[in-house]
Amino acid sequence: VLVDVLVTSRDGWVVIAPVGDLDLAAAPQVRGEAVRQVTDGNSHLVLDLSGVEFVDSTGLGVVVAAAKRARSAGGDVRLCGVSGPVAKVFEVVGLERIFEVFDDVAAAVAG
Amino acid sequence: MSDDEARRTADVVLDLPARPEFLAMARQVVAAAAALEPTFRDERIEDLRLAVSEATTNAVEAHAHLGSDERIKIRCNLADDRIEVQVLDQGGGFEPDETSEPPEPTDPDRLLWERGLGLPLMRELADESEIHSTDGGTTVRLVVYTPRRSWGL
Repeated sequence: VLVDVLVTSRDGWVVIAPVGDLDLAAAPQVRGEAVRQVTDGNSHLVLDLSGVEFVDSTGLGVVVAAAKRARSAGGDVRLCGVSGPVAKVFEVVGLERIFEVFDDVAAAVAG
Repeated sequence: MSDDEARRTADVVLDLPARPEFLAMARQVVAAAAALEPTFRDERIEDLRLAVSEATTNAVEAHAHLGSDERIKIRCNLADDRIEVQVLDQGGGFEPDETSEPPEPTDPDRLLWERGLGLPLMRELADESEIHSTDGGTTVRLVVYTPRRSWGL
């Protein structure tokens, strides 16, 4: 296992928190968890990236894939814990403009 | 600066299996090599770390499509004014010009785009980037200059 993925639920939102680098090695596991949750009827997802210190375009693809599936199922993906180098990548590709980014899980769930 | 100093370079070469679990190691080694140059700011090392991750991911994927078990070489050339990283694979190669750009972030279609960000990111983050692709493999060359060079010009 290359990345730990912690899954919790809070106020009707399922919180997926990968811990480690979000790259090609970790992508299948995190993507799989998001897809599984939406398939199980949990389409309101929080991706908590506070345990992620590195993300590249493959990792961003996971975020986009999760959002696509959640939104097509009538839900949404909210992001939190985006800081440091991860925030820089979001900024460079402009993803922060199509995702709501919150400080922490509590803020994300509260909306 | 003397001529001797200007010509002082060092090579670090990494030879890795073309598998995703070795990406983190590639990033760590290149970042550690860049950190040997004290004038590199952390932000530029992060840029290089990301650009190398993109290039190496492409290399791993080029091999995955072939189903082969070739290896990837990463060559860092450290000079006092820049670091140059070459990522060499023996995968099938691709034509960079045929790789389309993702839609603008404000375009709703952007959400459907899960791939294809790697090349634009490399171009954005490195001071120079060059992709040479043939049937026998692809070489990606990335250069990041130290502030000394940027300020001097």
